[in-house]
Amino acid sequence: MAFPQPKPQAPQLPQHLLRTIDCQQGAVRAVRFNADGNYVLSCGSDKSLKLWSVSQGTFLKTYSGHGYEVLDADGSYDNSQICSCSSDKSVILWDVATGQVTRKLRGHAGKVNCVQFNEEATVILSGSIDGTVRCWDTRSRRFEPIQVLDEARDSISSLKVAQHELLTGSVDGRVRRYDLRMGQLHVDFVNSPITCVCFSQDGQCTLSSSLDSTVRLLDKSTGEMLGEFTGHKMKGYKLDCCLSSKDTHVLSCSEDGFVYCWDLVEVCSPLCFKVLNTRLINTFVMVSSRNEYASAGGRCRRLIFMFSLYEKLKE
Amino acid sequence: NMARDDDGDEDFVTFGTALEPLEDGRPLRKPIPLHEQTVKDEKGRYQRFHGAFTGGFSAGYFNTVGSKEGWTPSTFVSSRQQKADKHHARPEDFMDEEDFGEHGIAPRQITTSLEFSSSRRDEAAERAKAVGAQAALIPGDTLLEELISPAKSSIGVELLRRMGWREGQGVGPRVKRKPRRQQQAGGTKAYGCMLPPAGSEDSEDEYEEFAPDNVTFAPKDVTPVDFSPRLGVQGLGYRGLDPGLALLGRGADEHIDLFRPQSESRSRLFGDARSSVRRGGVAGQAFGVGALEDDDEDVYHRDSMSRYDTVLGGEEPGDGLFGWTAPQQYTKKKDKSKDASYLGKILEGFTLAQNPPEEKVIFPPPALPSNYRPVHRFRPQVDVSRLSGVSPALAQALKTSRGHMIKEDPQQEGRHQLDSGQRRTMLGEDALKGETHSSGFYAGSDVDICMDHHLFRCDLRPAENKSQVAKQDLLVGVAPPPSGLQQQQKVLAAWRGSNASTQTFKPFEKTPSKQARYDLYLDRLRQGDTDALEQSLDQTMTEWERSREREEFVRASVLYRPSSSSLSSRFTSAKHKEDEDSVEVNRDEEGDVDDKQNAVKMKMFGKLTRETFEWHPDKLLCKRFNVPDPHPGSGVVGLPKVKRDKFSVFNFLSVMESREMAGGSTQGVLVSEQSHGLDLQSSEKKTAGDEEEQQEEDEEQEEEESRPSMDLFKAIFASSSDEKSSSSSEESNDEEDRKDKEEGKTDLQPANLFTITTSSVTTSSVTTSSVTTSSVTTSSVTTSSVTASSVTTSSVTTSSVTTSSVTTSSAITSNSHTGAGCSAHPTACVRVRVCVCVCVCVCVCVCVVENLSSSLLFPGAASYQKSAQEELEFGPKLPPPSTPAGEHRPPPSSTIIANTSTARLLSR
Repeated sequence: MAFPQPKPQAPQLPQHLLRTIDCQQGAVRAVRFNADGNYVLSCGSDKSLKLWSVSQGTFLKTYSGHGYEVLDADGSYDNSQICSCSSDKSVILWDVATGQVTRKLRGHAGKVNCVQFNEEATVILSGSIDGTVRCWDTRSRRFEPIQVLDEARDSISSLKVAQHELLTGSVDGRVRRYDLRMGQLHVDFVNSPITCVCFSQDGQCTLSSSLDSTVRLLDKSTGEMLGEFTGHKMKGYKLDCCLSSKDTHVLSCSEDGFVYCWDLVEVCSPLCFKVLNTRLINTFVMVSSRNEYASAGGRCRRLIFMFSLYEKLKE
Repeated sequence: NMARDDDGDEDFVTFGTALEPLEDGRPLRKPIPLHEQTVKDEKGRYQRFHGAFTGGFSAGYFNTVGSKEGWTPSTFVSSRQQKADKHHARPEDFMDEEDFGEHGIAPRQITTSLEFSSSRRDEAAERAKAVGAQAALIPGDTLLEELISPAKSSIGVELLRRMGWREGQGVGPRVKRKPRRQQQAGGTKAYGCMLPPAGSEDSEDEYEEFAPDNVTFAPKDVTPVDFSPRLGVQGLGYRGLDPGLALLGRGADEHIDLFRPQSESRSRLFGDARSSVRRGGVAGQAFGVGALEDDDEDVYHRDSMSRYDTVLGGEEPGDGLFGWTAPQQYTKKKDKSKDASYLGKILEGFTLAQNPPEEKVIFPPPALPSNYRPVHRFRPQVDVSRLSGVSPALAQALKTSRGHMIKEDPQQEGRHQLDSGQRRTMLGEDALKGETHSSGFYAGSDVDICMDHHLFRCDLRPAENKSQVAKQDLLVGVAPPPSGLQQQQKVLAAWRGSNASTQTFKPFEKTPSKQARYDLYLDRLRQGDTDALEQSLDQTMTEWERSREREEFVRASVLYRPSSSSLSSRFTSAKHKEDEDSVEVNRDEEGDVDDKQNAVKMKMFGKLTRETFEWHPDKLLCKRFNVPDPHPGSGVVGLPKVKRDKFSVFNFLSVMESREMAGGSTQGVLVSEQSHGLDLQSSEKKTAGDEEEQQEEDEEQEEEESRPSMDLFKAIFASSSDEKSSSSSEESNDEEDRKDKEEGKTDLQPANLFTITTSSVTTSSVTTSSVTTSSVTTSSVTTSSVTASSVTTSSVTTSSVTTSSVTTSSAITSNSHTGAGCSAHPTACVRVRVCVCVCVCVCVCVCVVENLSSSLLFPGAASYQKSAQEELEFGPKLPPPSTPAGEHRPPPSSTIIANTSTARLLSR
């Protein structure tokens, strides 16, 4: 006997501020959840990378070793390793427990904007301002990348890995999807510098925000546009966007300090909520399993904010 | 809510005891100091550790290294009063107290090694023991063993019990009723040594029909075989006196089974149901004839070979000893499922084959004919070409029928006359780098740096050059000879005749004047100038400087002389040379950005903005991502690249475009190399004047004289084979224009003729029309414009395609050039445009010829070509809802024609 599917919930703004953490590491360049959402990594402009517990809000560890501000980080699936990238052109693989540098990977010609593990943390993929994505092997002792993807004509601003696919967004206005299984490269032209790309949770769509103040939801297989989300302001800063855990909402940072939230299907005027006192939110990530958001304000504030979408569950 | 969050820490309930906060510095537990780690024996004495391999804790005598006698070993002392008693050393003399204890190696107390009990006996084991005892030295000697039975069962029995086995059952998968019955039936048939069927089994047999199908039974127990060694000195097949014989009245059999000596005796022991009648009495091979014996037939035991088996394993053993030989392969039973029960558990998802695999029939090889000789003789070759009076058709037929009968090459006599180079070409192998066949050490064309002669010398140089090698060692700077003259001769010999165009190493690159002098020196060396050194030196320099430079030059020329061919064949040249004439370009290039920008503006994402390329991930990357290599075997990584001529027109075209764009001139041909080919973006919008036509014709003559070299044409036409003409959409547009012209010939705009596409189209249409002899269109077009007439005449008169296209294009380019704003390099522009127009004309001519054949017949075909082409580019598409105005919907056959022609167009 099949029960009817529960009705989809009406869009709810995250209203419950879980925690505000003062990172004390200058401007927070990025904030990233770990694989299960229990921990948060914050990348600071004071060359440090910090690990926080979400539930307790406590500081756990500092990873210092970068020579310039840390721009992005990612945790491996088993929480044993962290990779981070920095303006010092290097990518560092950290051991989580000891805080030691396992490997320092140099090769990029400019600052490294984004970094990501693959699913089994066997490869680190890093995208740089030099327009290349480098695939580093974590298994071997080789210090050269396995492969350099130099198809982009401008800086790689964002990079995501899902199973056998690699999605890159570049300032040359193209979203590239490398399909390793098919051996194909799909290039979607957006005509505006891409700031952030991500896969949808079901893996069928790609979300890309670009500097024409638009977030676009593109079909992965055909490249057709499924949705276009406007209303926010994204003109010059590299701000993040993401999809909610059930692919129901599209969220994007905006230069006016708000986080904009659109319903995925009914693309009407966005709902937006303002993060405390900040003038600019540059990072906004979402942990998929628990509907928790983290946002970090760079430039002017040094805080991580975390929200819970469903406040009733918390009450 | 917000207020609550400020003191959010109190919301949490913490369970358990928190760990102590990690503090650096103090370790958690103090290790026990070394002097407190002591060992005492059971009497409380301290024991000293003497070393793991030198006695452990109990070395020596009472914890000393001495003996009972003290430090000194005992000496042999014997006197007449006191005889020294003989002292036998026993192992115990060298043992410690602990060794005699309960856990020592030689315990003094009697201990049981196993627990014992008087539990239920294992009947099968007893049976086996009894059987084994029959062959023992004293028959039936199991009594002592039966007296004490260990309570502890072995680990195998324990494991079996855990797996569900119970005593009395056999081991193996449970069987159904039916095979088991057959097994019993087979057993009775076999050589007579069957166990008496137990009562329980009988009852099972009785109630067999009541047993449901799904009930399985454990297999029958198997009596283990006791491989007892033969201990006695008796011969093979000896049996002692058999008590069973006397008691049960059965005697030994006639047949002796050497492989199962117990089987008979066991059958005797447990009562065989055989009908053989024997007389009573004890029989066997023993010590003579008993007093009660009647006759003495067995006293002198005579053996006969008939009592032994002569064939191994001929009979199926019916005694249930399935385990220790492989009896099943000898059975002829139909039921193969019985085999399965002994194969163990069948793998999941598999079933046993019902039919045995068909045996491969191997036919004997055919018998050779008697006159066969295993040597093949080729028929004598017939040189057809030399045969006079043979018609060419016959020669061709002979050629094809005989294959390689005709000698193409006079040197190619046969297989054995070929040299390695010819064989290589026949096999299609690549030529080796460097000259492999050159025997001389200096004969080489490549110039390489011989970095370390000592390293490569021994195995690389041919043997006949050993003396040269020795000299060379002297030269290369280990010990330079005092006179430079000999050295110079050597250098001259090395450099003479070497290829001047090959890249040489520049040792004096930092001082250009010196390098120039060195280059001069090398040039003279190559020409074979004997006093090259003196001539190339600067006379203005001082004598000391000159002598120094002379030395340097000679040394450098020795060091960087053209290397030997054998050496150069061992090295590969650099993968990427700076001065190479070709560059690697991505094979698939991105399409037009303008189109995509328009598509993005119109929010038409999808086919217009999506591009898909073939991409080759690295093999290791695929492995790390747990993905099979999508392009196995391809050595390419990344986007596949093709080599293009570095100085090809296509590489200049984009430069031209940007230059003209920067100049802001809208005239001329804007050709960009995008998506495999030429793309005519805009056309000339200039009106033509008479004086310009004059100029144009003048320049046409000039251009014909300064015709580009054939290499340029080759570069163009060779690369145009794989090009997909993306300009076809424009062409179809132009075709529509042209069609309009043809329909209303009077309102032909002369301005249009100056665009390249239109003019070329007209040219081609003229050619086609001249071919198809529809002179009406020709005349109309020619009368419409003066320029067009000149074009047509040229194209009609000239026979070869290239010449005509050159002339037409030169006319057009000169025309466009005269009004040009291209100020920077006019001659270069002209050259480039000539090439462009050649290409455009040829391409467009050919495709328009094809297109015309359809579009002339059906006026609407051109538009359909466009749609069909779009379909090819972007995938299937629904037919347009309404045809554009002024065009009829063509019959379906025309669409097909259009499709095929477009396909051909694209493939071109």
